[in-house]
Amino acid sequence: MAIKSKKAIKISQKHLLGIQDLSVNDVNIILNEASKFIELNKSKNKKLDILKGKTQINLFFEPSTRTQSSFELAGKRLGADVMSMNITNSAIKKGETLIDTAMTLNAMHPDIIVIRHQDSGACNLLSQKVNCAVLNAGDGRREHPTQALLDALTIINRRKKIEGLKIAICGDILHSRVARSNIYLLNMLGAEVNIVAPTNLMPNEIERFGVNIFSDMKKGVKDCDIVMMLRLQNERMTSSFLSSNREYYEYYGLTPDKIKFAKEDALIMHPGPMNRGIEIDTNLADDINKSVIKEQVELGVAVRMACLKIFCE
Amino acid sequence: MKKKYFINANIIDPYNSLNETGGLIIDENGKIEGVGKKVNTNNIPSREKVIDLKGKHIFPGLVDMRVFVGEPGFEYKENFRTLSEAALSGGVTSVVTMPNTNPVIDNVSIVDFLRRRGRDKSKINIFPTAALTVNTEGENMTEFGLLQGKGIIGFTDGIKTIQNPRIMNRIMNSASDLNSLIIQHAEDAELSKDGMINDGIIATKLGLQGIPVSAELLILERDLTLLEYNNCRYHISQISSASSVEIIRERKKKVNFSCGVSINNLSLNENDIGDFKTFLKLSPPLRTEDDRNALVQGLVDETIDVIVSDHKPEDEENKRLTFAQAETGASGIETLLPLSLELYHNGSVNLETIIKALTSSPAKILKINKGNLSIGNDADFCIVDINKPWVVRKEKLISKSKNTPIEDKKLQGKVMNTFVNGEELFKAE
Repeated sequence: MAIKSKKAIKISQKHLLGIQDLSVNDVNIILNEASKFIELNKSKNKKLDILKGKTQINLFFEPSTRTQSSFELAGKRLGADVMSMNITNSAIKKGETLIDTAMTLNAMHPDIIVIRHQDSGACNLLSQKVNCAVLNAGDGRREHPTQALLDALTIINRRKKIEGLKIAICGDILHSRVARSNIYLLNMLGAEVNIVAPTNLMPNEIERFGVNIFSDMKKGVKDCDIVMMLRLQNERMTSSFLSSNREYYEYYGLTPDKIKFAKEDALIMHPGPMNRGIEIDTNLADDINKSVIKEQVELGVAVRMACLKIFCE
Repeated sequence: MKKKYFINANIIDPYNSLNETGGLIIDENGKIEGVGKKVNTNNIPSREKVIDLKGKHIFPGLVDMRVFVGEPGFEYKENFRTLSEAALSGGVTSVVTMPNTNPVIDNVSIVDFLRRRGRDKSKINIFPTAALTVNTEGENMTEFGLLQGKGIIGFTDGIKTIQNPRIMNRIMNSASDLNSLIIQHAEDAELSKDGMINDGIIATKLGLQGIPVSAELLILERDLTLLEYNNCRYHISQISSASSVEIIRERKKKVNFSCGVSINNLSLNENDIGDFKTFLKLSPPLRTEDDRNALVQGLVDETIDVIVSDHKPEDEENKRLTFAQAETGASGIETLLPLSLELYHNGSVNLETIIKALTSSPAKILKINKGNLSIGNDADFCIVDINKPWVVRKEKLISKSKNTPIEDKKLQGKVMNTFVNGEELFKAE
């Protein structure tokens, strides 16, 4: 592995709320730790006892399949007692506020809480009210730090380093926490980041994050080493962000004719779940020479194991 | 009541173009008997007790044009008694209350209730507004004439904007017939839908839905265009952006209207929201530093007529939530004057302009004989040590709700005493 780091000092943060709060050193500590788990996860005996006796609570206010199962598996492989709570609005409907939920959970003395919430900043609020570490598994459209970290690990695994790479992030940037976390992380690690989206799905003043913005996808992916696609949520069609799926696919879907503009050996990434035929051509998604989408999922477990271990300590 | 004599005060009374060192005499009925440099120890009978203010300032009691009181319906947030105590500690002696209560102030019978409560529980002058439309739904206008007859000072949907231009046009016609004051909160509902803060880099960073400046501009342009055809008494409650200042500056050359700004938008910007501080979730939202500077400039050249506190008490339960779920608004009546004085201390605006925007200008728009120190008027005034430093502490706030947007802020300038009808109703510790 080519992740260089000075002898890992301690992580600077108590919680993992967003990439914004991390230093390069922090990121290197996490990625280094994660790379150690990659082999373990392929081996026959995957169980460790690093977190034996520790309690991990997964608090998901929004439905999630892969992130939740990835965190659950990561905790279990490290030997933690994992409890998953799917709240998906029911507790809110009963009138309990996030802070009340936090206080209740805090009384159970967890060592780590993993939270996903539909409101931006929910994890920040939670972290102010509990004694244990809080890991953000996605808050509103703000951040999804473990996704960005696993994307970085995937890229490093394939390309040895991120510095100097040209990376395009394409699709619904406006509503995407994955995009924001990736922009912070890839910028921090020295990549050149292109953002590609129709203006309706481009957040205001995003160029001030230090990225190049494009509404023409062919120009945006030109000479890129990596093309990262984002999921397009169906409800965007009904509120006039876009006209139709087929027009979106025509202009912003990753198709063989568009990927040609990227470097010949460009890698394709997607955080999942994919809308085949909307944001990505189905054959491209499965192209083993280009697509690293499955690898992202695989390394996701390793990254989450690393985060749990580091922030539990 | 005994006569009261104050000397050696720096008196600023913009209504009477008074800005001089002198004294103030209050007669037995709580009216102003004498004011200015001619009031000094030489012409006060020596047997009388004289209070030497040693250079402290006397301002007319402040007139705050945008205040939310929780009565009826939200008494746990603020009632008339707590509001008046809070106001007095900030030198405010007259307030215009918003109709967004439960039930909404939109008919004659509820106004009677309001007047009684205001009279019985409040120590300050309450000037209630009523809704422009029934239940602030933006559809059917309320009975401007009858409501005015009951003492309603103006009409506004408060936190809401009349969205329909046809209805706005008709409201203006009626207001013109009945000489009613219309106060508009300028925000297009569609452009600002689900919006929480200024649409810009901070919204993008925090992942919060933005409120574009255009949402405000659209309503300003629309209303000011309509106003050219039906000139009524029209006031824009608050503006928030540099472009708004520009529009108002231009339109004022053509038509008569007035405009306010919240002290929050004059003092803070979107960066202050920091790590999701829900106390800074405001409407209109805090915008950029350039916008703030333009608003200050608008105050200096009197494009903007009045400063308001936009005092909107919200209890902890409504603020200790995620940003999306938290209520909009901040408590501010207690810090309105000291925070305004910051603009004087940092050299942005002269003192007389600030005091004018807090006293005589709102009184003129409202057509009330308040906010001045004219001989024979009710002696509503405050004594202020404009240099005294202090720190805003949540637990020291008098208002029932503690949602100040400037907690722990160091301020310079403190209200020492506040008088209503010549009676001292507040004295600083």
